[in-house]
Amino acid sequence: MQNRDMPLPVSGRWWRAGAIAIPYAWLLLFFLAPFLLVFKISVADPVVGQPPFTALFPGGGSGLVHISWDNYRFLFEDNLYPVSYLKSVQIAFVSTLLCLLLGYPLAYAIARARHPWRNVLLMLVILPFWTSFLLRVYAWMGVLSDHGLVNNLLLWLGVIERPLKILYTDLAVYLGILYSYLPFMVLPLYASLERLDPDLHDAAEDLGAGPLTVFRDITLPMSLPGIIAGSLLVFIPAIGEFVIPSLMGGLDSLMIGRTLYEEFFSNRDWPMSAAVATVLLLILVLPIMVFQRYQVRERAGVQ
Amino acid sequence: MNRRYPPFLIGVLAFAYAFLYVPIVLVIVYSFNDSRLVSVWGGFSLRWYRALLENEQVLRAAWLSLRVAIVSATVATVLGTLAGIALTRMGRYPGRFLFTGMLAAPLVMPEIITGLSLLLLFVTLQDLIGWPSGRGALTITLSHITFCMAFVAVVAQSRLAAMDAALEEAALDLGGTPFRVTLDITLPLIMPAMVSGWLLSFTLSLDDLVITSFVSGPGASTLPMLIYSKVKLGLTPDINALATLIIVMVSICVGVAGWLMYRRPVPQRV
Repeated sequence: MQNRDMPLPVSGRWWRAGAIAIPYAWLLLFFLAPFLLVFKISVADPVVGQPPFTALFPGGGSGLVHISWDNYRFLFEDNLYPVSYLKSVQIAFVSTLLCLLLGYPLAYAIARARHPWRNVLLMLVILPFWTSFLLRVYAWMGVLSDHGLVNNLLLWLGVIERPLKILYTDLAVYLGILYSYLPFMVLPLYASLERLDPDLHDAAEDLGAGPLTVFRDITLPMSLPGIIAGSLLVFIPAIGEFVIPSLMGGLDSLMIGRTLYEEFFSNRDWPMSAAVATVLLLILVLPIMVFQRYQVRERAGVQ
Repeated sequence: MNRRYPPFLIGVLAFAYAFLYVPIVLVIVYSFNDSRLVSVWGGFSLRWYRALLENEQVLRAAWLSLRVAIVSATVATVLGTLAGIALTRMGRYPGRFLFTGMLAAPLVMPEIITGLSLLLLFVTLQDLIGWPSGRGALTITLSHITFCMAFVAVVAQSRLAAMDAALEEAALDLGGTPFRVTLDITLPLIMPAMVSGWLLSFTLSLDDLVITSFVSGPGASTLPMLIYSKVKLGLTPDINALATLIIVMVSICVGVAGWLMYRRPVPQRV
């Protein structure tokens, strides 16, 4: 913290104001204002023209306000949207569970490794995350395709006689999300497991606890913050995922991100897309706020 | 401690790393495949790399992506570092809570929402003040700066939080103005974080598809947009070559960033 007993020199006041105001103004303009616009346009009617929606104040300064809730009404009447929202939540939930199932043992294995190895193993988890997301999805399409690695392996082992259809199904979407989001699960889990004092583990064992009891009563509760953070980091973006269902899912993998994208680019119905985005945002407000609180607490812990 | 490393965990590690790396290795191997079929090995060849270098569409998209990524990463690093300083070294000020929120939300916000909202902003701005006129490289860059700066702020902030402010306080006590102290003391100390923030932004920008699709205009196709439209039509062997080139380039960037981040430990106490 700044030494605040001392009055700031004049240049200090300017510097302080600038350092705060410049990034602040940028975020207000390019992050917060756009969300308000999304809401504004979601209560407009679509029109043919540029821009393709009606104005909020059609009378200019005369104070006339044009608000239409038709888009929201349509959103709940047409089956497509409720089904898409539910499907997104379901796919995001299952994928988060899969990430936890693979991520927890992995984070645990890394946290238990000896010191120089730990950083190497952790780096190896992060490395694929840095290489293009799109290309990682592409790589998995190859693995899961009819003549890909998985089918060839199963054929060779004699488990199946004809290639299984994996690509363009929900299973492929689960695997795609699991693969793409795994590092987001592993990093917070590792952070909380690494802090775990091995002496606690030893003490519990000395007192006669079996490995399962030690895990249930010590390791699991102490890694709970990591589980919550990791799950939110996977669950929130996965709900709005577009690329994975679009490239790996079947025609029935109607996740809301994909529905919105198609609504926007194929039907060019901007107000409807804005309404879809507003409802999606409302669904995500709670998990995002939980995530925010967690982040603030974590940072306070660091300081 | 004399506990052995449990064999079960070795199995977990082997499975997880195979899961992470086998698909990528396959893409790299098949990029040297002579066959037109993506799943049949037809001998070693560099033909897909040659085809790539002769494909003007790919080169133009790559050049646009590269320009956007360099500018976005640079501006995002400046803004993100300022934000990191504003959150860790400036005490309390009104609106700090909203600031923290606006910096954390882009990290998890579904890209589809960010993309749509930015497009609506650009269209509205153009309508009101005529800027930015049309959509293309400029609107893509502005959008990339916005989501990249949140990532830079996280990196800068964690470095600043782990760093003792005593050096800066001493410099202030010795009569340095806050601006000079930041310039001469704080910035050199967080330089590794800034470099890795830049590289992170660079790769994020180079990789972004969804937000870019929303805010780009006719004629401005970035590399991910081109890859997406090709992949949407099915697996093609030249994508393997392109993927390999990108993977190699990004791995070099990550290597440099990691080395810079961990080379010197943060001075904890003076």
